[in-house]
Amino acid sequence: MKNSLTIAGKELAGYFVQPVAYVVMTVFLLLGGFFFFALLRYFEVMLTAYSAMQNPAVLQRLNLNERVIEPMLHNLAVVLVILVPAITMRSFAEEKRTGTYEFLLTAPIRTGEIVAGKFIAAAAFMLIMIGLAGIFPLILMMFGNPEIGVMFSGYLGLVFLAISFVSIGLFTSSLTQNQIIAAISCFGALLMLFVISWPAQAGGTQFLGLLRYLSLPEHFSQMVTGIIDTRDIVYFVSLIFVALFLTQRSVESARWR
Amino acid sequence: MIEVKNLTKVYGDFVAVKDVSFKAESGSILGFLGPNGAGKTTTMRIITGFMPATAGTVLIDGLDIFSQSLEARRKIGYLPENPPLYPDMRVEAYLRFVAKLRGVPKAKVETALEHALEICGLTDMSHRICGQLSKGYRQRVGLAQALIHDPPVLVLDEPTIGLDPRQIHEIRTLIRNLSSDRTVVLSTHILPEVSQICDKVVIIADGHVVLQEYLKQLPVGTSLEEIFLKAITKERHEDGSTAEEKLEEVGAGHA
Repeated sequence: MKNSLTIAGKELAGYFVQPVAYVVMTVFLLLGGFFFFALLRYFEVMLTAYSAMQNPAVLQRLNLNERVIEPMLHNLAVVLVILVPAITMRSFAEEKRTGTYEFLLTAPIRTGEIVAGKFIAAAAFMLIMIGLAGIFPLILMMFGNPEIGVMFSGYLGLVFLAISFVSIGLFTSSLTQNQIIAAISCFGALLMLFVISWPAQAGGTQFLGLLRYLSLPEHFSQMVTGIIDTRDIVYFVSLIFVALFLTQRSVESARWR
Repeated sequence: MIEVKNLTKVYGDFVAVKDVSFKAESGSILGFLGPNGAGKTTTMRIITGFMPATAGTVLIDGLDIFSQSLEARRKIGYLPENPPLYPDMRVEAYLRFVAKLRGVPKAKVETALEHALEICGLTDMSHRICGQLSKGYRQRVGLAQALIHDPPVLVLDEPTIGLDPRQIHEIRTLIRNLSSDRTVVLSTHILPEVSQICDKVVIIADGHVVLQEYLKQLPVGTSLEEIFLKAITKERHEDGSTAEEKLEEVGAGHA
């Protein structure tokens, strides 16, 4: 554990001495701000339109959570599909290329500790980034009255999603010494998780049911609408564990090849 | 003490190291010689636990590098062929990181750091960023990271490569001093280096040990160079090619 934290500290500091972290955060927050602005603007237009119609029933149904936060979180999830590979691609690939891998694997530490350390750092980075995007609900709370519980659940969903992405990114990075290959295969895997349920839209066989269960948006959108279900949590946690387990095996494999 | 017993490493169908055995005693320096591609780096990587052997064992102070890996690795300081530096880190931050991972107790990290910086002549460089150092300084930082936890066993893969003559001299003296109470294995292409600082020499060619001898016991009057060339050509001769042919090749390699 102590070794993991040593590695995590070094990794996290490493993110911030490179421009990559700042670029990723800026892109994430800029796009988030743009989505927020656009959605809020649309909300305002609808609000004026419905007010003019003098129909209180319709006006009642116009809801900040549903119209602004929910679509924004869905958009940010897609942005993460592109940004996470950029963050995780270095983690193992770079060590292999520069030769520091040889130091890590000959130091008296377990491979599990190396993987855990890198995972903690990447997850912490995601927490910081999503935490900064917490400014959007704060603005809503200052000027309106959105439902706080629903927003919390949505952001929790985004955190689970980001951490699952990071685990998959670590795995693809552990497979290669080429960062581009790591990033692209991570991107492919994440995108696949997004679209895997497409053939299942209509079908009802068990296989299609499985595809729907594997689909990430299926679980994420539950949390975004404010439902924190153990089934969804179990899905995310098992995704993280499987990816980290595979990463550990992949790193360890250097010792039995 | 390092005991290497019947080490074999096969990559696919290429045999990199075949049945290599030697022993390095504590308090002495073992020079590991061989032409390029002879299997020196592979052997060192196996000794340090970076990769497993296909067959054979390595004992570090009696601990098996494969089955008691963590305990054995704790005893080793290893300088790989390319110094394992993180290009974005400052020298002192990097060495602190290494010290913690190599198990130096928290209270002793700073003293260990200062000591390592001092003996490797890096005190003035401690705030520099590793990626911006010259080859010689990177080599020294590499050496510092191998020494920082005061290991009883040092494995150095070409420690003096890329250094200027003055630095080579300093590093050799340093290694000599360090060896008084520990086991040092170093690989090199530079034959005079072996005659100057090593106590024992192991020459490998094409993955085989062709000579293993204490320097004191080498025949008087013959230079190490002659012995080296003779040892590796004899080995190759057995493969079926002519000695002249191979001698030429070796000569070209050294030119």
